[in-house]
Amino acid sequence: MSKLVLLGDEAIAQGALDAGISGVYAYPGTPSTEITEFIQRSSEARERGVHTDWSVNEKTAMEAALGMSYAGKRALACMKHVGLNVAADAFVNAGMTGVNGGLVVVVADDPSMHSSQNEQDSRFYGRFAMIPVLEPSNQQEAYDLTRYGFELSEKFSLPVMLRITTRLAHSRSAVEKSELLAENKLCLPSDPNQFILLPSLARKRYKLLLSTQEKLEKDGEKSGVNRMEKGADLNRGVIACGLAYNYYREVAEEAQMDYPVLKISQYPVSPRVLNDFIRKVEEVVVLEEGYPVLEESLTGVLKNNYTIRGRLDGTLPRDGELNPGLVRKAFGLQIEDTRPIPDIVKTRPPALCKGCSHIDMYNALNEALREYGPGRVFSDIGCYTLGAFPPYNAINSCVDMGASVTMAKGASDAGMHPSIAVIGDSTFTHSGMTGLLDTVVEETPVTIIISDNSTTGMTGGQKSHATNRLVEICRGIGVEQEHLRVMNPLRKHHEENTKIIADELAYKGVSVIIAQRECIQTARKSVKSKAKSQKS
Amino acid sequence: MKRDIILAGVGGQGILSIAAVIGMAAVESGLYLKQAEVHGMSQRGGAVQSHLRISDKPISSDLIPEGNCNMILSVEPMEALRYLPFLTSDGWVVTSCNTFRNIDGYPPEEALFDEIKKVKNHIIIDASEIAKELGSLKVSNMVMLGAASAQLGLSMEGLYDALGVLFGRKGDEVIQLNVSAMQAGKNAVGFD
Ligand SMILES: Cc1ncc(C[n+]2csc(CCOP(=O)(O)OP(=O)(O)O)c2C)c(N)n1
Ligand code: SF4
Repeated sequence: MSKLVLLGDEAIAQGALDAGISGVYAYPGTPSTEITEFIQRSSEARERGVHTDWSVNEKTAMEAALGMSYAGKRALACMKHVGLNVAADAFVNAGMTGVNGGLVVVVADDPSMHSSQNEQDSRFYGRFAMIPVLEPSNQQEAYDLTRYGFELSEKFSLPVMLRITTRLAHSRSAVEKSELLAENKLCLPSDPNQFILLPSLARKRYKLLLSTQEKLEKDGEKSGVNRMEKGADLNRGVIACGLAYNYYREVAEEAQMDYPVLKISQYPVSPRVLNDFIRKVEEVVVLEEGYPVLEESLTGVLKNNYTIRGRLDGTLPRDGELNPGLVRKAFGLQIEDTRPIPDIVKTRPPALCKGCSHIDMYNALNEALREYGPGRVFSDIGCYTLGAFPPYNAINSCVDMGASVTMAKGASDAGMHPSIAVIGDSTFTHSGMTGLLDTVVEETPVTIIISDNSTTGMTGGQKSHATNRLVEICRGIGVEQEHLRVMNPLRKHHEENTKIIADELAYKGVSVIIAQRECIQTARKSVKSKAKSQKS
Repeated sequence: MKRDIILAGVGGQGILSIAAVIGMAAVESGLYLKQAEVHGMSQRGGAVQSHLRISDKPISSDLIPEGNCNMILSVEPMEALRYLPFLTSDGWVVTSCNTFRNIDGYPPEEALFDEIKKVKNHIIIDASEIAKELGSLKVSNMVMLGAASAQLGLSMEGLYDALGVLFGRKGDEVIQLNVSAMQAGKNAVGFD
């Protein structure tokens, strides 16, 4: 095949491989998962010995990537937007330490919340950490800017964020590769104190970081990543960030609009460039996918004479991802009459697969809970969150990974008994274990059900670090043997399982129930691949 | 040459395989391609769709603007209707008649077909029946691709070649089965 047709995610993966990374570190999360999976499948990565194993969570991934950078080699860290909350401590302080080998952190945002709890905009984090942010608008740029990210990272000795959104992550197009760069050799940082953020040393690092800001803006002026595109009609100017640029181009071509455009794919944006652009035109429309980050920095709090339109003044909706239709409206274009969706069409929300082990776990839990009444099940994030919908209506919370255990603890502290946590195996090792230790240390009355399907189901069945380790982990953390129960969630064991749960709900201490049966999708896949390997 | 196509179905029904075949055939014949897919949560039995755009000129948006879509190609009749606002006035709806019922209050079949027939250019195919005759329900998606092939602006040879490349690892038998499914779908429509 001469041309590569790649998802945005895959273009980033290929770009990183060709930029000479020695490792990728990640925890799965839609829409970022396919970056790491692409590198895991790559024979090239295997031959080179590139590190590709999943990390237990985003924080460990970020830190391991920083460690690889410390050792002089190039590393890629990938996560979804909320994963950056988990990795934030490492991420922000990596801005302080800076890097040795190039370090690119890919963060995939999910405006419209297709598969997420919120639509936070990672560009804020980039600005917060005061590091460069790159935001590609298409698949080729995703490839090119990943490479450029490593160059920039090594040039300024800073981590670089590559920010994408769902639409680019999961859209395919043709991509052309550039030549392969050699991996870095192992080499220590030239300043032995660079990575020691003791206050006295950190203050120096911070001054250095502050003094680098202007250089980053200058680089953005010269790199060609941001560009001005001329237009004859100066009644408006368009500032288009990342993917939003495509929607403008689509609509502009159709409606034959000819406004000047400032295309932004690199931050921080030099104030000089923005000023020059804005002064030339009557009003400015800011198109950005996510929060009005740039728009807010232009409008500020003081009224000025410039008219800035965008998500803040209602020209575009304040929430949700953009699309060509919304951009058409923003420019006051007539929308053609379209056919409506017939009333008989019903929504079709996602649901647990037939035969999923979570179903049998919830059926037993619901029955055991009948005598206590509703409102006491704290859950977490994964396929089992779908237990919120009918017919189960089994859970009362889903906040952030690991929160089930600790929220159940807080509610128990407040006097709720029984107080129950339902958490998946991968989520438990991601962020549930630490909370369990809190309950053990205080002997808090909680019942924690780990619905262990031996995989990370929601994101497509990646390896779970919990597999075959849960009993030992819980014992090691200090859960008593008598209250560490294992059950097999199958319909034929319903009575037995209900009794196990009922017994533990009555106990006024820490109980952990591991409901263990493999995800049927993963089981199916492994049967298939076994059959294949027997054939060959 | 420009075609905007929405592929529709339910998570797990194989619309991404249809997209992959069309996409590869398009790129191999020198056309530009953009194809937005749905991954993640909705794949668990929810409504899924793919926006597939092919053109002889560079394509800007990954999403098809409302009212611009030339064809909705669906493997499920209710899902075909979900994307009607995207269809141009002379656009095609090509769908299987095989319902996928995993929700309460699924509408009566006849009502669905009445709505589909309100679109002037429509093709309704019993893809499951045809696939069953060929010996594997799994190839219903390729039956639907065959049924839509006349409207794609791509050569049959190109589509077969793409199929061969994409399914190459699965062996000749699987490729042949899928090729037959496409032919059967094309024949079921009755023009070439
Ligand atoms: C901080 C964070 N990282 C990643 C995700 C994406 N994510 C949602 S659910 C999930 C997997 C959960 O796996 P598990 O707990 O084993 O439950 P299962 O889906 O297998 O039932 C992941 C990775 C997220 N929502 N938040
Ligand atoms: S993918 Fe696995 S864990 Fe998720 S709903 Fe299906 S069977 Fe259950």
